[in-house]
Amino acid sequence: MADIISEYEDKLPAKMLDEFKENIPKGASDTKVRKILEAAYGEYKNARVCPGEAVGLIAAESIGEPGTQMTLNTFHFAGVAEMNVTLGLPRIIEILDGRKELENPMMEIYLKKPYASGKRIEDLRHLALQIKETKLNDISTEFSINIADFTIEVKLDKERMKEIGVTTGKVMDAISKQLKGYNIKDDKDSIILKARSKEDSFNEAYKTKEKIKGITIKGIKGILQVLPVKREEEFVIITAGSNLADVLQLEEVDAYRTTTNNIFEIEQVLGIEAARQAIINEIFKVIESQGLNVDARHIMLVADTMCVSGTVKGITRYGVVSEKSSVLARASFETPIKHIINAALIGEVDNLNSVVENVMVNQPIPIGTGLPSLSVKPPQKTPKEK
Amino acid sequence: MAEVYLNSKFVGTIDNPAEFVQKIREERRKGSLTENLNVHYNEKANEVQLESSKGRARRPLIIVKDGAPLLTERHIKQLERNEISWSDLIKQGVIEYLDTAEEENSLVAFFESELTPEHTHLEITPLAMLGYCTSLVPYGNFNQSTRLNAGSKNQKQALGFYASNFSVRMDMDVNILHYPQLPVVNTIMHDISDYGKHPAGQNIVVAIMSYKGYNMEDAIILNKGSIERGLGRSTYYRPSIAEELRYAGGLIDEICIPDKDVKGYKTEKDYRFLEDDGIIYAEAKVKEGDVVIGKTSPPRFLSSMEEYSLASSTRRESSVNLKHGEEGVVDFVLITENEEGNKLIQVRMRDERVPEVGDKFTSRHGQKGVVGLIVPQSDMPFSARGIVPDLIFSPHGIPSRMTIAHLIEMVAGKVGALGGRYINGTTFDAEPEERLRKELLSLGFRESGVETLYNGQTGEQYRAKIFIGNMYYLKLKHMVANKLHSRARGPIQLLTRQPTEGRAKEGGLRLGEMEKDTFVAHGASLLLKERFDSDRTVVPVCESCGIIAIKDNYKNKSYCPVCGENVEVSDIEISYAFKLMLDEFKSLGIYPKLQLESKY
Repeated sequence: MADIISEYEDKLPAKMLDEFKENIPKGASDTKVRKILEAAYGEYKNARVCPGEAVGLIAAESIGEPGTQMTLNTFHFAGVAEMNVTLGLPRIIEILDGRKELENPMMEIYLKKPYASGKRIEDLRHLALQIKETKLNDISTEFSINIADFTIEVKLDKERMKEIGVTTGKVMDAISKQLKGYNIKDDKDSIILKARSKEDSFNEAYKTKEKIKGITIKGIKGILQVLPVKREEEFVIITAGSNLADVLQLEEVDAYRTTTNNIFEIEQVLGIEAARQAIINEIFKVIESQGLNVDARHIMLVADTMCVSGTVKGITRYGVVSEKSSVLARASFETPIKHIINAALIGEVDNLNSVVENVMVNQPIPIGTGLPSLSVKPPQKTPKEK
Repeated sequence: MAEVYLNSKFVGTIDNPAEFVQKIREERRKGSLTENLNVHYNEKANEVQLESSKGRARRPLIIVKDGAPLLTERHIKQLERNEISWSDLIKQGVIEYLDTAEEENSLVAFFESELTPEHTHLEITPLAMLGYCTSLVPYGNFNQSTRLNAGSKNQKQALGFYASNFSVRMDMDVNILHYPQLPVVNTIMHDISDYGKHPAGQNIVVAIMSYKGYNMEDAIILNKGSIERGLGRSTYYRPSIAEELRYAGGLIDEICIPDKDVKGYKTEKDYRFLEDDGIIYAEAKVKEGDVVIGKTSPPRFLSSMEEYSLASSTRRESSVNLKHGEEGVVDFVLITENEEGNKLIQVRMRDERVPEVGDKFTSRHGQKGVVGLIVPQSDMPFSARGIVPDLIFSPHGIPSRMTIAHLIEMVAGKVGALGGRYINGTTFDAEPEERLRKELLSLGFRESGVETLYNGQTGEQYRAKIFIGNMYYLKLKHMVANKLHSRARGPIQLLTRQPTEGRAKEGGLRLGEMEKDTFVAHGASLLLKERFDSDRTVVPVCESCGIIAIKDNYKNKSYCPVCGENVEVSDIEISYAFKLMLDEFKSLGIYPKLQLESKY
């Protein structure tokens, strides 16, 4: 049976063949197996898109039409132990525009076996706190500047520090690592920073005071909130804020399943193929949450166009549209003057190969019935006639 | 120490704000301060805001002192005897207007029985929270609030009797309903506003049932007999205006029948209604294109070529004629002069509008609909007593919109019509439904308002009992006659050579961007091209420089303005809009070179 199936390797997708391998009963005769495969091949051929089908436009219509019914509102759950998520149209726009700064970056951190079970809740709590970013501002009660000698005094909140599990020493270590040119002194409930350089100035001290508020004392940069959630049988940590690269470094984290909603980060850490899948998943999540029904293949096509160039490009005039070869097509989208002037400067040629240009000049568009044409060579004129 | 602001501007500070605010209020009630002033003490911000500017929403309330309203029985008696008026109550400090800010400092009781010593004000009537149009909706407290909004919006568009001197007025676009009536089911606001002087609807018999599906999607079905008896009949008035303008150099427009040699002379037929003074006569039946006021103007540019031309008269034709799709009878001709002393002619056209399929009607509950079918009276359903509904309303309009008042009005209207009396349907203060039902029962009808109806065409009894009653219906100003439009060919724009836009200009119906996309999605390439052929042009192109060439039809020769005559020039078919774009590129200093290629 296996060899019959392998005959179809270049005709049918690998995933389908695997399914056949699993599902065809062991004792099936060769003729029957062949019959099944032949029927499947026929169906597969039928299901393929015809040449000249306007797949992109159909995808756009298929996503755009249900999109008009989407609620514009993002839902906020104030006070509930729930993360704030951008959903609906704003999120779709965010994904398709290929934005790097998200409104609500979020991660789902899956854990490896012993931690995931949540049997030792202390460990889980500890891990969550280890992930969450703690800034100096969070563990101090007061920042003040001594005008006499321009030292900065930071009063620490000892109770809070104990809760999070940091010592004054650790705080001082973190500051000295991230702030150069200052001497740090422990003064009971507070720490005192003094500039090493002789030139004292109030302005300098003030700037430093504001700067050290943001120093990361503990945790992973960018993770603003952590929330361990029980999902079926295991515990998952959901975070507000995202930093995939650093989170994956943690030993307890299951790197295979941990994700973020920041597509740009996925592209950086896991590569373009992962980013493509992330786009599909994220768009699908929104569409499903709105109770709409869009075929996955339309979304896949959009994700493909966003990723073909090797990096994620948004469907904007800076992204995918700027890659179009036709001047007229680019000009008809946004900022026409810019495109036309630039085209004039370098003497660009528009071959009128695509749809928009041909609509503009009122010629048949090369799609559907306009695609096929006769390819008969006209009889060559003999040199004599010339 | 609180800060004091007058109309949002800082004016000073005060040590005891509560006392200060109290004092201001007392002075206002006494009348020594204007009653337009409102005070608000914001305790949190510790500031006093005094407001007397315009544009604030304010509402009247009865002032309460020590748990007792200042408005007493004596006041009410005096009011009844017409000894005092509303403004006297304000002057006496019995009633005052609060704005939204001062309301925050007040405790308002809904009913007198709820009053406690803490209360500062008492609501006059719950109806005070509604505006004028909304309080005209009967049984409004049984409706969803959004329907009240829609209902009051619709009433503003209703045709009625807007002014009793309408026959001598020259208003733009007005309608007069022929037989306006007072509603049988009314509210107190109908009395207060003297609605009988400007009624805007008619009491008709409505049945809630389906009729062959012609009242799907909010459509309504009208009885042809009722229409012939005057239901929803209205007249539409529209004036045409012409003025003898004066121009520089002592030139002047002239109102007359234009001479045949005037530039832009129409045909003799178009001027046939004009009398010797160049103005149409009253009661002339005019159609589109007919001239109503004949007028000629002096030439636009004196120093133009025309001065040297052979034609002696260079005056332009500038008559006023009926626009596309307009027709009617000349109703009224007015000859006068305007503020500058120029001769001014106004001619008013009148057009009788009998309800037709597509006209818009509504009840007072936001249940608007368009006429879907006009049924001969003989085909309409009828009841055992021979009652035939004037209008059939679809039952699908009720459940999702939840306009219960629509249903109650039908029962109330039925009781009112049968009992020969008006029914008070004031929101929050109406005659109770229960009493109406009892009265209906005593009048010999089912108390629920349903009746057995019979199919008008077969005479068969309908299986279901049909809910039927009387309602006040309004005809809205949106009539198909003003909107109907179609075009196969017609005027084009000068610049782009594309069809004009809009009904007034006999424009085309645009096949827009998204509609275009559907053609592309179907791969209907050639159909798409044909659709966009409206501005198709054939232009000669020079094959050597790629610029649009010139065709000399006289010599039947083409030449290029750049390369001269000895070059290959080929005709290409493009949209005029594209040719225009190429011209615009050239004006920007961009050289759009066309490289021609054999199509095959």
